Amino acid sequence: MVDRPLRGPATVVDHRDVARRRVNPSLVAGTLLVALVVAVALVSFVWTPYAPSRVDPSSRLLDLSAEHLLGTDKFGRDVASQIMVGARTTIFVGVIAVGVAAVFGVPLGVLAAMGPRWLGQLVMRTSDLVLAFPALLLAIMFGAVYGASTLTAMIAIGIATIPSFARITRAATLQVLSREYVLAARVAGRRRLAIALRHVLPNVSSLVIVQVSVSFAIAVLAEAALSFLGLGTPLTTPSWGRMLQESQELLSVAPRLAVVPGIAIAIAVLGFNLLGDGLRDRYDPKLERAS
Amino acid sequence: MTTPVSAVLTVDGLTVHVGSTTLVDDVDLQIRGGERVGLIGESGSGKTLTALGILGLLPEGLVANGRVHLAGVDHDLVGASERQLAQVRGRHLAMVFQEPMTALNPSMRVGAQVAEALTIHGNQTERAARRAAVELLGQVRLPDPAALARAYPHQLSGGQRQRVVLAIALANDPALLICDEPSTALDVTVQAQVLDLVVAGVEARAAALLFITHDLAVVATVCERVLVMYGGRVVEAGTVHDVLTAPRHPYTRGLLAASDLDRTDERGRLVTIAGSVPPAGRFPAGCVFRNRCPRATVGCEEVPPWTGPDRDAGFACFHPHGPGA
Amino acid sequence: MLLRVLVRAGVLLASLAVSSVVVFGFLAALPGDPARVALGVNATEESVATLRTEFGLDRPLRTQYVDWVGGMLTGDPGRSYVSKAEIGPQLADRMQVTLWLVAAATVIAVLIALPAGTLMAVRHGKLSGLVLAGLSQLGVAVPAFLAGILLITLFAVRLRWLPSGGWTPPVEDPVMFLRQLTLPALALGLVQGAVLTRYVRSAVIDVLREDYLRTARAKGLTPERALWRHGLRNAMVPVVTVLGLQLATLLIGAVVVERVFVVPGMGKLLLDAVANRDLLLVQAVVMVLVVAVLVVNFVVDLLYTVLDPRLRHG
Repeated sequence: MVDRPLRGPATVVDHRDVARRRVNPSLVAGTLLVALVVAVALVSFVWTPYAPSRVDPSSRLLDLSAEHLLGTDKFGRDVASQIMVGARTTIFVGVIAVGVAAVFGVPLGVLAAMGPRWLGQLVMRTSDLVLAFPALLLAIMFGAVYGASTLTAMIAIGIATIPSFARITRAATLQVLSREYVLAARVAGRRRLAIALRHVLPNVSSLVIVQVSVSFAIAVLAEAALSFLGLGTPLTTPSWGRMLQESQELLSVAPRLAVVPGIAIAIAVLGFNLLGDGLRDRYDPKLERAS
Repeated sequence: MTTPVSAVLTVDGLTVHVGSTTLVDDVDLQIRGGERVGLIGESGSGKTLTALGILGLLPEGLVANGRVHLAGVDHDLVGASERQLAQVRGRHLAMVFQEPMTALNPSMRVGAQVAEALTIHGNQTERAARRAAVELLGQVRLPDPAALARAYPHQLSGGQRQRVVLAIALANDPALLICDEPSTALDVTVQAQVLDLVVAGVEARAAALLFITHDLAVVATVCERVLVMYGGRVVEAGTVHDVLTAPRHPYTRGLLAASDLDRTDERGRLVTIAGSVPPAGRFPAGCVFRNRCPRATVGCEEVPPWTGPDRDAGFACFHPHGPGA
Repeated sequence: MLLRVLVRAGVLLASLAVSSVVVFGFLAALPGDPARVALGVNATEESVATLRTEFGLDRPLRTQYVDWVGGMLTGDPGRSYVSKAEIGPQLADRMQVTLWLVAAATVIAVLIALPAGTLMAVRHGKLSGLVLAGLSQLGVAVPAFLAGILLITLFAVRLRWLPSGGWTPPVEDPVMFLRQLTLPALALGLVQGAVLTRYVRSAVIDVLREDYLRTARAKGLTPERALWRHGLRNAMVPVVTVLGLQLATLLIGAVVVERVFVVPGMGKLLLDAVANRDLLLVQAVVMVLVVAVLVVNFVVDLLYTVLDPRLRHG
């Protein structure tokens, strides 16, 4: 595995001197899209036009209309309601997966940077190895052993994402450790843990947030793929990926059944990507470049 | 009495600005064939931008106005198209930049990079160009030029790389060579060698030289005439002898005093110029130096006119020092 | 440089070894008995025991592992518990198919990314650059299987220009082969192309800032020629790295795309095996995929050395 970074990680900006920057379009667009998806998911807890699993044989495969904004599927279920509840799954899986990854990855990264050298090497080599197992492959393996479920999907995606967090945290920590005020703290005899908590984490957090956003996008894609393959959420839980899979046999009759969940997935992924890019622009001043 | 030689480079009212901020203001200069002219200033004086403006290599967003005329080229360099400028650069006009470590393409052999300078402008064959390249490398006194030509830049030291850059610049016998602090980034022991090579190179070709630096000692050794820049303006000009022994402009005086390490003031400290160089665009209106000048008066809020027969000699100041030290 | 290669080779071997343990151990951790699973619910104890002995499942794990690894290395991964068929030939067959798909997709991705990325870098900040950037963002947001479905809807269903799936070996019917390969390769390639474009753009932007490009222009090269002659070669270095790293994603994308287009490749083999709980097969396929990724990364690393002379002597 090549360990030469493409262009180094974004420079860690001292959290004490992030200047007010002009808000950039990526950030705005990304936030809006993500907010849209989250809002839809939240609203779905309180209200959906119809119960998403309500089967209505008399209204099968209806096109867009006033009663069914996005039409119905082959069982007569309202597509709009399914999309709304599907948003829940997407967000939920993303939160758990990224949460797992961050909770394990960030401390690992800090440890790799601040701990003994062999530990750092071990963590990095293991990360490289895990990265060779893409999230999907891991999820498939999990599915083979433990059976497909939302839980296995989340854990698999989470584990596959830990290396990304570990790496970025480690790189950022190394940068922070070389900053003067940290050197001063060490000379003053502050204990490692204190240094980690007080100096490293706040400065690393901005980069971690960027990674959260980026990984969320990947998690959404992975979950959609897993559901598409039938290895993700079970049949009773609506999921955009599975809606796509079900639509495949009806492409000649009702392509919108594919287009609608497809657009939903694209919006979610686009939103998180843009958000990540926007945040990265904000925290990585182009004037300061990592060498 | 020397016969006046026609001008190789004529710069008329060159201005460089970015947005509404002016970085170089109304610079005039003239260089004749074979002349060696120095351009002195501290960082932030606009000297590098002046050179880049002449070459048309300003960074993104910076705009040059004015007129720049080069002998042998029938159009104005300012505002010329990229194609036109590409014909001029490397052929009639060449430049050596400050930072040799990053000036060469890391994945291309050194000899090939020199040969390229020849093939771009001439119609030599590849082989002829390569042979000529080896010769050029020899001229800049690089050891074993044939072997060195096959080396990659990272295998060379900073001084060696700068010589390669010089070889590239001189490859097509340009009428004018511009050097921007060519030896500043090098070790002290190497600096003198590179300077020698620059002078030897232009002399061998009877080329003119515009030498940009902040180092007064270097200017004194290399150049015949000098211009002093501050705040994007030329504040004084003249022969090296005149300007460095009897400067008229208070800034030049301050500069000289500051570089005299034997001189101390009444408190036993080294002499400096009061204040510091303002950032780009924040120079005072009127005389750019007035917020640091011990002689400034209210009258200095006007831009001081140029005092002197032409742009080769003179100064821009309302309260110059008298002639004579 | 030789030292570097040897070290990398050593890391590769270690990674392969560890991966094999992980893959094996993972599937060995399955609760339940592969033999029983294979025979079904109504199996008698006797038949289960016989099957276990037949497959060597009664031996200690360590021995099973060694046997398995030995088998993989000599090209005989054994027989499936479920279908009793030899796994080796199946793998070989399917591997070809997936390779065609992945190769075609990579070609498409590179053909898109190089010009698009360079253009975006050069027009950085201008309107055309922004439009392209927007398009590539969109491309990244669309998963390959979605792209596949949309492509089918447009080209196979609506326009009927191309088939919606299937596979014909190239030797049998080259035209049909190409027609069937087009949409899945496009689905994978377009998405990968979008991802690659962003890296190309970033690499070219970095190169544009480099001093040696300024030297090139000072020599008399126009900006375009300077970029072409000096910039692109150096920009390719990070791009090649990414291509290698992207292989893992590409292979996985292929898994899903094969499902969409019903292409009989490794992906389909894997998914079918999972569905049938055919563990030995799953093990073999996963191992092959992991080996492929690790080896490609190793090769990319070597390629790096070729492209960047600084690494040859460093």
